[in-house]
Amino acid sequence: MAEPALSITGLTKQFGGLPAISDIRLDIMTGERHLLLGPNGAGKTTLFNLICGDLAPTAGSIRLFGNELVGLPPRKRTAFGLARTYQILTLFPHETICRNVMLALNGLRRGKWAAWSAFGSQKGLREEALAVLERVKLADYADRQVAQTAYGDRRRLEIAMALALSPRLLLLDEPLAGLSRDERVTVQDVLGEVPADVTVVLIEHDMDVALAFAERITLLHHGRVVTTGSRADIAADPRTKEVYLGA
Amino acid sequence: MSARVLPYAVVLAAMAMVPLVSTSPFYVNLVSQIAIAAIGALGLNVLVGHAGLNSLGFAVFPGLAAYLVAWLSTVGGIDPVTAGIFALAGTLAVSALFALVALRTTGLGFVMITMALCQIVWGAAYRWTSVTGGDNGLSGVPRPGASLLPLERPEVFLWLCLAVLALALVQLGHFFESPLGVALRGARDQPRRMNAVGYDVWRIRFAAWMLAAAWGAAAGLLYAWYHQFVSPHMMAVTASAEVLLMLVAGGAGTLAGPLIGAALVVLLKNLASIWIERWVMLLGFTFVVIVVLMPDGIVPGFTRLRGWLRRLKPAPAPTLVPRERADG
Repeated sequence: MAEPALSITGLTKQFGGLPAISDIRLDIMTGERHLLLGPNGAGKTTLFNLICGDLAPTAGSIRLFGNELVGLPPRKRTAFGLARTYQILTLFPHETICRNVMLALNGLRRGKWAAWSAFGSQKGLREEALAVLERVKLADYADRQVAQTAYGDRRRLEIAMALALSPRLLLLDEPLAGLSRDERVTVQDVLGEVPADVTVVLIEHDMDVALAFAERITLLHHGRVVTTGSRADIAADPRTKEVYLGA
Repeated sequence: MSARVLPYAVVLAAMAMVPLVSTSPFYVNLVSQIAIAAIGALGLNVLVGHAGLNSLGFAVFPGLAAYLVAWLSTVGGIDPVTAGIFALAGTLAVSALFALVALRTTGLGFVMITMALCQIVWGAAYRWTSVTGGDNGLSGVPRPGASLLPLERPEVFLWLCLAVLALALVQLGHFFESPLGVALRGARDQPRRMNAVGYDVWRIRFAAWMLAAAWGAAAGLLYAWYHQFVSPHMMAVTASAEVLLMLVAGGAGTLAGPLIGAALVVLLKNLASIWIERWVMLLGFTFVVIVVLMPDGIVPGFTRLRGWLRRLKPAPAPTLVPRERADG
């Protein structure tokens, strides 16, 4: 068996005495589309925060392509090919859409320390940002201020900020939250065009889109993995109904 | 670019020409004070306006530099230019150490810690009488003088201050538009995202802190040479608050704001006190008016005003163009 892209073992996070994540074990293969399922408070976003380093775990290990992530600051994890989106939009409202992406692109470049030359003057930076915006179908609005952008477009910009890093593991936290049906279709198309070798972990409550997208599913409840398996396995598993309906 | 530079060039040229118009050293010195205050306010603007770090201890940077240059060139007997260079380097070194403490916090914690750091240095200046002269300060600080640049003459000193101010405006004008400047504001607005896309938020803030310290130190050197005297009062909490006041009045985050705020405060302080005994009240009243009418400062306030005036102009009447009917 090949080495997994993301390998989590014994991961635990306690807030005070309260366990938010308990002894999670999870292997996600390269190129996999993996859905995290579970009711509110199941620990899905906490798990994302542990993977990307916004939170430090109480115990356990997180390995990305064989590199231990625990103990590294978020920016070092980014260098290993990790990128994420946020459930609550985390954009730079005073900048244009294009400059948002340029700022993200700069994150892994030495040019970010330049203190004299103009931000937009770096060679090829704008072109590269436009190429990323093309992927999320925002290139036409590149020079619009984020503050003056429709919510649905900001959601796609949120994805663009992560794609700009050319990630090998992409964590998407509710990319469809608050979108209309048409907007959902657009985002679905955008996600469908993520290169096949990029591993994607998704948190999403829209089951139509999520189940169409993900091959494998992990069901979380009270910070524990209830079960992991293929789409069909999870749908057939009686515990899925139990977790969701309390039956 | 030239359209942006022009207003600054005009203002600086007008300031430089004051000695040609007025023979009174009072007005020449007044403009020097404005220039020195503006350099300091520009430094604080890096922290407050762009890093989102509100400091109530900014006076520690000019204070350190002023005391160092004063001590080195009086007690130490070093020539003023060399003393100035050592004072700059020394201030930056101490500031780097202070950053290790101050940059552990943001928000209210940062306000308090910067105030505390400034109080420590103020306390040392006030109490360590054998070195600092205590409350009497250090006097007789020599200005650098060369046959080419007789800085003891008020107008020549003014031109030096304006040259440094021009340098600060050019450097900061570039910095704020640079990748690092954009990243600094990014770290202010979304530090979490900045970390997640690969930026080192701490180091970005450290760079901003050192830049603020550098311009603060430059202002402190000029201050010491201008007054030829330093005392602990330049590091009192009121001194830090005054720089913050300049920034709030002029408009934090803008390039012109610190300059306008500095001019306002220095002019009020010096001119109003001639006519009105209770000039501090007038200063307070002026700020209340500014904050009520233009809560984010004079420069953003006028930018908004211009926008309103433009909209007040009657819009061109809409012309009705018959549209082709879609269904033919």
